[in-house]
Amino acid sequence: MTGPDEVRAAVAAGVVGSSESFRALLSALVEVARSIFGARASSILLLDEETNELVFEAVVGEGEESLLGVRFPAGHGIAGWVLATRTPLVLEDVRNDPRFAGDVAEGTGYVPNGLMAAPLLHDERALGVLEVLDRPEQAHFSLKEMDLLGLFANQAAIAVDLLLRARDAERVLAGSADEGTTDLEVVARLASVVHELEEERRPAGLRLLRELADTLGPEKRPGSTA
Amino acid sequence: MDGVVAHGWDAAKEALPAWSLPSDAVDRITLPSNWPERVTREWAWQGSTGSGVRVCILDSGVDGKHPLVAGLEQAVTITLGENDEVIAEEDGEGDVSGHGTACAGIVRALAPACAISSVRVLGAGFTGSGGVLLGGLRYAIEQGYDVINMSLSTTKKPFAAVLHELADSAYFKRTVIVASAHNMPVESYPWRFSSVISVGSHEEADPLAFFYNPNPPVEFFSRGVNVDVAWLGGRTIRVSGNSFATPHMTAICALTLSKHPELTPFQVKSVLYLTATNVAGAT
Repeated sequence: MTGPDEVRAAVAAGVVGSSESFRALLSALVEVARSIFGARASSILLLDEETNELVFEAVVGEGEESLLGVRFPAGHGIAGWVLATRTPLVLEDVRNDPRFAGDVAEGTGYVPNGLMAAPLLHDERALGVLEVLDRPEQAHFSLKEMDLLGLFANQAAIAVDLLLRARDAERVLAGSADEGTTDLEVVARLASVVHELEEERRPAGLRLLRELADTLGPEKRPGSTA
Repeated sequence: MDGVVAHGWDAAKEALPAWSLPSDAVDRITLPSNWPERVTREWAWQGSTGSGVRVCILDSGVDGKHPLVAGLEQAVTITLGENDEVIAEEDGEGDVSGHGTACAGIVRALAPACAISSVRVLGAGFTGSGGVLLGGLRYAIEQGYDVINMSLSTTKKPFAAVLHELADSAYFKRTVIVASAHNMPVESYPWRFSSVISVGSHEEADPLAFFYNPNPPVEFFSRGVNVDVAWLGGRTIRVSGNSFATPHMTAICALTLSKHPELTPFQVKSVLYLTATNVAGAT
């Protein structure tokens, strides 16, 4: 294996599967957000810049089964406003009119009575929106909760940035495989498998890969003068 | 307004006078001296209805038919042309989120006789492009509104310099910009500029209670928590956020300018300071 290939394989080993980990992190974040605010549901929506749509990326509570992956136009509704203006918003007493939270209602028919929404800001970009739906009705909203929502949104924005980077990297790897130049995805899988081997089996695995590389590598074929 | 209107206004191309004051010109800038010994709320804006003042809501559009908004002077939507020229067209869509209607309703409640216009910079496939926001603000300044309510901000640094220039232009053209401070610890604009009036929230229920902040950049706090506002479909809902504190200050500016139309933005801000709840003029 040549130098650049080793680097690429190492990068690939870091990338493969990482988007799943970051997605799990997003799920954990919305779970904590829901729990802290005592809410019925919480979700993270990401902006798909190509289609100008918001996509449910993590959902916990009401709509958990049906909303994941659901898309809607980003220019309208509460989440759209929060995204475009980069400004958090808290609404209450909105029941009986789906337009108040059409983004949620379209997916499930579930119309929240109230919602808190904050933009996910990273550097200059607005990556998506964090929503917390239906806090307990008797809970009086205060500025302390607004601050807490902002802190959560900042944390979620970092996780979202990592997820987007991982997806970009995966796309590049998959792209280079499609082009038939180097099947880095396979290399990445191999690197990943070897990395996860139990300690006593790892040296044998690495030896096998080295043999494989020597066998496949044109300049190091047995009998060659290289 | 019919069709397309292009705006190529450039602050740098305005005629430049000489910045000096010859002795024979002193008489020409004599100012009315009707300031009271002590500026109070009673002098500043009590009894005012906002009549004669033109307020612009730069937002998601406004439902002018909502009973709590009670009519608009004008409603336009902003887009950018091929060469980034600002296009303002009559807005047939109204409010795309409910937010602009909420802001307009708050202004109407406190300053019932002011004229409210809507300049929509959201919707129409737009998700956070600062260009449309800048275009809308530029259009609103050209229209010569007395007060522009901006319950929004942008985090895009490349827009900051132009926004700053626009905010200063408004300031010198006697247009007061009232802008929401951010609820989150991020850098955004235009509320951080000293030529605008920046507003955060307090938790009290009195719509006319507002506080001067001796530790800027946020200069004033007004009512922004658990506010009942106009929303889509002729309804009202309860909302919280600096977005809703801002139109409270916008309305107080409108009341003040209605009673004292000669005031510049600098003087309006001074009056707000002197009549703030935590400053002597409030009592």
